[in-house]
Amino acid sequence: MSDYRIQGQTGEWEVVIGLEVHAQITTQSKLFSGASTTFGAEPNSQVSLVDAAMPGMLPVPNQECVRQAVRTGMAIEAEIHSWSRFDRKNYFYADLPQGYQISQLYHPIVGEGSLLIEADEKHGIPEDKVIGIERIHIEQDAGKLMHDQHPTMSYVDLNRSGVALMEIVSRPDMGSPAEAGAYVRKLRSILRYVGSCDGNMEEGSMRADVNVSVRKVGDELGTRTETKNVNSVRFVMAVIEYEAARQVDVLESGGSVDQETRLFDVATGTTRTMRSKEDAHDYRYFPDPDLLPLVLEDDFLADCRASLPELPDAKRVRYEQELGLTPYNARELTAEVETFARFETLLGTAASAMGKAETAVATTVANWALSVAPGVIKSANENFPEEADPAHATAERQAAILAMQDKGEISGKQAKEIFELVLRTGREPAEIADTEGMKQVSDTGAIEAEIDKILANNADKVEQYKGGKDKLFGFFVGQTMKAMQGKANPAVVNELLKGKLG
Amino acid sequence: MTDFTSLGVKAIRDGVAGGDFTAREVAESFNAAVAGAAELNAFIVTTPEHALAAADAADAARADGKAMGPMAGVPIGMKDLFATQGTQTTAASHILEGFTPEYESTVSQNLWNAGAGMLGKLNLDQFAMGSSNETSHFGNVSSPWRKEGTNSAMSPGGSSGGSSTAVAARIAPAATGTDTGGSIRQPAAFTGICGIKPTYGRCSRWGVVAFASSLDQAGPMARSVEDCAIMLGAMAGFDAKDATSLQMDVPDWEGALSSDLKGKKVGIPKEYRMDGTDEAILASWEQGKAWLKDAGAEIVDISLPHTKYALPAYYIIAPAEASSNLARYDGVRYGLRDLPEGAGLQDMYAETRAAGFGDEVKRRILIGTYVLSAGFYDAYYTQAQKVRALVARDFEQAWVDCDLILAPTTPTASFPLGSLTDDPLTMYLNDVFAVPASLAGLPAMSVPAGLNPDGLPLGLQIVGKPFDEQTVLDAGLAIEQRAGFTNAPEKWW
Repeated sequence: MSDYRIQGQTGEWEVVIGLEVHAQITTQSKLFSGASTTFGAEPNSQVSLVDAAMPGMLPVPNQECVRQAVRTGMAIEAEIHSWSRFDRKNYFYADLPQGYQISQLYHPIVGEGSLLIEADEKHGIPEDKVIGIERIHIEQDAGKLMHDQHPTMSYVDLNRSGVALMEIVSRPDMGSPAEAGAYVRKLRSILRYVGSCDGNMEEGSMRADVNVSVRKVGDELGTRTETKNVNSVRFVMAVIEYEAARQVDVLESGGSVDQETRLFDVATGTTRTMRSKEDAHDYRYFPDPDLLPLVLEDDFLADCRASLPELPDAKRVRYEQELGLTPYNARELTAEVETFARFETLLGTAASAMGKAETAVATTVANWALSVAPGVIKSANENFPEEADPAHATAERQAAILAMQDKGEISGKQAKEIFELVLRTGREPAEIADTEGMKQVSDTGAIEAEIDKILANNADKVEQYKGGKDKLFGFFVGQTMKAMQGKANPAVVNELLKGKLG
Repeated sequence: MTDFTSLGVKAIRDGVAGGDFTAREVAESFNAAVAGAAELNAFIVTTPEHALAAADAADAARADGKAMGPMAGVPIGMKDLFATQGTQTTAASHILEGFTPEYESTVSQNLWNAGAGMLGKLNLDQFAMGSSNETSHFGNVSSPWRKEGTNSAMSPGGSSGGSSTAVAARIAPAATGTDTGGSIRQPAAFTGICGIKPTYGRCSRWGVVAFASSLDQAGPMARSVEDCAIMLGAMAGFDAKDATSLQMDVPDWEGALSSDLKGKKVGIPKEYRMDGTDEAILASWEQGKAWLKDAGAEIVDISLPHTKYALPAYYIIAPAEASSNLARYDGVRYGLRDLPEGAGLQDMYAETRAAGFGDEVKRRILIGTYVLSAGFYDAYYTQAQKVRALVARDFEQAWVDCDLILAPTTPTASFPLGSLTDDPLTMYLNDVFAVPASLAGLPAMSVPAGLNPDGLPLGLQIVGKPFDEQTVLDAGLAIEQRAGFTNAPEKWW
């Protein structure tokens, strides 16, 4: 249970949250027509006769959309329904050319599944939690009305009309804005791993309908409101905070919450009534007679399953158990497709550059990828905005730096300096180390000579050290490094000093 | 000028191919007949140039020794429910008046590919909703037939009333029809011609203005069984653009046509012996049994126990689908838009649809909307679907005992225009024998059996197993040969 509570006048309230996420399926063409799905095209340039609902036009299901929905269902370990059916949801609106949306009410393609959100104290999630997913169904998107093109008329853009969406319906299992935020992030991550949705919330590829109700701890479920089309994780959390507080106010002042559909106002961070229950449509759902039931063959299902990549949870566990990464590093590296892809490329390249097993160098590479490299990139961007180019930071160059450091040729500090020059110039790390004199000296003879001088010049301190003042060891190291202009290999220095000081 | 209008599809095709006459002569002959038959109101628009262009192409192909299509040089009438590129397509409604598609329906394209040409777009009941061709925005169609000794205009049946009239009046050798609950078979029966509704899915629905998607099926209407076989072969075929299209090869129905029914069992369903059925109809049914027996078939009694529930179920399912299919006619993108000054979107919908749809269409939209409404859905729509499944099961069980079913096409012969317009229930009863095969998606045909005592045509219906159009056509041919129906209406127009 979430420990998130709202302190009201009359006591503590808990919040119950369910999300319906609409995710645009990544495909070249629409759900039931051959038209393209590219975002941002000229209005009405991506509209087929089917999308415009011309007389006598018929929908034909796009197999790729079906495949992606099935793969998504498998990724949340859901029941896949080998028999499903499309239904029509009937209502009139100018952005809905057919006068109905083709959806799946009665027999969705994907049934019960679930998703894990991980404990994350920092973000208000005390422990791991499994969020139930009731179903995933496939449906068409509607077009878009444009009210700002003409003083008295509205225009209709049908480019989105017929684009394939998955509606992913959660159970009301979330109890705080943090959990809802984590759920959306995790879902987005899974969709992007699977490749069934690009997860681009700004472009509307993912939007959530947020269902919120409040109740006194332990009471029956309260009446919920549904806030439509929320298009960022931050807004989802803002909607929940606002709605929960509003509902508590309404209930504590003796009122009752209306079951209604609401809209989120981004500018004010508030929600307002879109339509009340009385105005709710009767959608007159019925099976679409233009389409046969969707029957999935075993071979098709097997192909879908075989095509699934390693998913975030499995990858995270593997990173911890096989690569020996910390839970934090494992979680950070597996959260996004780009992050793990970059990491795995770098890991492979670095391991072969170092001539070691991936498992042996994973922690070093993870630290580099998560903290060292981002820090250098950030400061390079700030200090040399004209020069710094992340494209210069290829896996090969980063691996070369890590290999030099691993061999003791350069220090950690030098590694950062070389990486910064790589970012700014695109030069090769080995060449930089050579020409810029950024190589660490591991030549024991040279170091030994300097140490001997230092010990001779500081005989008093040598005595004190030998008398038990261990702290002075650092002094000798510092002096040696200074004499070597910071280029001595600290490990070699330590070793030599220990030998000479006894 | 020789008059070619008594010729049918095969005679024209073979005559053109054999060089007995030119396709152009034939097209000119039919164009003239169409122009002279305005009183019948069979056509909404005529397209003489289309017919001539196809004819010239056929003549040129012959001159060049090129392969000729199975309908080469045959001008036909096109029910105005099929989208025809560049030619107005209205479904006989005001809401689509002036609508000219930029696309060609699959079925019409198939016919043009086979060498046919178009005489014009045929009148019909609005959105194919009606059994008398009295619901068209473009006026009633008159049957060429009249009750002996009277001058009152008779119904050509519906919804393919323009098609039946044009073919019966010899102003077209053949025409396309569509059949949702009898709309090919009933008008064929009323006008003394043949018409076959193939198995659901044989003919693509792509580009055909939808009435009830799970029932709509196109088919040919012509004056002989063989002409129907030829034309159905040209119309049918798998179409990837229609998800309900049958993925099956089209058999050579024409080539395999045979009236020898030896070894075939003909089922006679006892439930089709209904109260209110004309004596003449029952007599022709008896005659039909004798003819099929004469052709070598064995007659067996069968039972289709859910027959009486078929019509009520049909009048729930078809309007339910129609209420949704017709939602796209909203004034937003094409067709009629009625936007009063200062009105908003809802007003535009209301005004456009009130002005654009006729009364029968509105009635069915209202029925369909009602039966799909929350709280009524299970009682009506779900129940009707169960009945539909039972009706289909009746047929499946019947096929254990027989290969085809013989029944009347309609319970009565044609009636005078206007006589049933205030009585929709009696009107709906016209399709009582036709609807069960529609609900089950089965191939079914009406062939002329003779005239009743009033001199009006009567039809016999043959229903076949799924995909077995061949047996249906064969039995039709057996009846045709024995009925010797050569009667033509006396020209009064």
